[in-house]
Amino acid sequence: MADFNVMEDKLPNAKIAWRAAQDLADGSYVNLGIGFPEMIAKFQPEGREVTYHTENGVLGFGKAPDVGKEDWDLINAGKRAITLNAGASFFHHADSFAMVRGGHLDLAVLGAYQVGQNGDLANWSVGSKGVPAVGGAMDLVHGAKNVAVITDHVTKKGEPKLLETCTLPLTGIGCVTRIYTSLAVIDIQDGQFVLREKLPQISMDQLQSVTGAALHMDGTVDDLIVPETLS
Amino acid sequence: MTKIADSVRNAVAGIPDGAQIMIGGFGGSGAPIELIHALIDRYRTTGSPANVTVINNNAGNGSTGIAAMIKAGMVQKMICSFPRSSNAEAFNSKYLAGEIALELVPQGTLAERIRAAGAGIPAFYTPTSFGTDLAKGKHTEDFDGKMYVRERWLKADFALLKAHKGDHSGNLTYRLAGRNFNPLMAMAADHTIAQVADLCASGSINPEHVITPGIFIDTVVEVQNPKQEEELVREGAIY
Repeated sequence: MADFNVMEDKLPNAKIAWRAAQDLADGSYVNLGIGFPEMIAKFQPEGREVTYHTENGVLGFGKAPDVGKEDWDLINAGKRAITLNAGASFFHHADSFAMVRGGHLDLAVLGAYQVGQNGDLANWSVGSKGVPAVGGAMDLVHGAKNVAVITDHVTKKGEPKLLETCTLPLTGIGCVTRIYTSLAVIDIQDGQFVLREKLPQISMDQLQSVTGAALHMDGTVDDLIVPETLS
Repeated sequence: MTKIADSVRNAVAGIPDGAQIMIGGFGGSGAPIELIHALIDRYRTTGSPANVTVINNNAGNGSTGIAAMIKAGMVQKMICSFPRSSNAEAFNSKYLAGEIALELVPQGTLAERIRAAGAGIPAFYTPTSFGTDLAKGKHTEDFDGKMYVRERWLKADFALLKAHKGDHSGNLTYRLAGRNFNPLMAMAADHTIAQVADLCASGSINPEHVITPGIFIDTVVEVQNPKQEEELVREGAIY
């Protein structure tokens, strides 16, 4: 256990996305944030029906079309070309965000710069100069029955991203319910990080040392096991 | 009285200096490129309309459409949710040089502010942005134990829209995800101008299929085979 090197041995993004995908519920309506969270759809377990929502007014979209087959009037919020699954629908932006804020989505998954132990999320601004942009992030953190984050456990410099209190500008307060990281699966309950799963190779002490707030336990902590090769 | 304009040039002829203009579309999908370019043509020829404020989800991409308006120097302010697109150099360079103003609005709040204006609702409460920098200075209130931020309606003098079919009554349909902000902006501006790929006689759109009813539309102009902004950006087109 002493040999675990966080920066070298943590899960790569695809494996974090795979783990998050295992929790996609059959029959659920899900919004995957632009970028890393979109990868979750690739690992949707067979036999589960999931309907994906995108902010620009599409429900029930599928895979990207083949190169050269794009119709650029048919895109997702990340402005990538998409295809439609059977049962898809179009709607305007106010209806789209009614689905978001109105509690109609089962799950929204976002990326994070920082997550606070009370569920605060910072993912839209690093607070420096430059051009600010917020998009739909501040809306998405409200209303979905579950708001999950997928993220590396630490920054590129190895510093904790899970903190007692976020220091970067907030996207929303007290909104995150579950975090899938490169080392662990953690729930947020009653203003605390509650550890559900961790990589079996990392010790509790080492995991705590790269987490910026106390990890609590509520029952057993399961091993976070991801297949060596992902299909 | 006809709602039909015979050219994009004439459709945008009445937009004055300082106008607040909603422009439909999300990225390139549903963006009324020909109406925007007609406005740029007028500005280049006559110097008007100058100092306009543009309301759109983004702040232009590449060197056509809204990006070309910004480059031409006719935009004094953008109201949008996501100006930082992959190819938003036109806005970025003016913004960082202090030559263009920005009002940043969360995307769902932007949509609802526009919808509220069209529906005659001066303000509403949303959970979005509560506790963040974007809620600073705004009134907040507790409803049933949760905090909400009060947001105002957002109106415009003109709206430029892109639709698929349009009839002589002003009824509109949209193509694929090109709907996005267009039906909302149709409700929220004093004068709405829609470019349609297929102008047809009243009665030829099944009333069950109408997305935007003609009451919200003042001017319709036909642009067959309209350009698509994303394709223009990929071609490296410069307007």
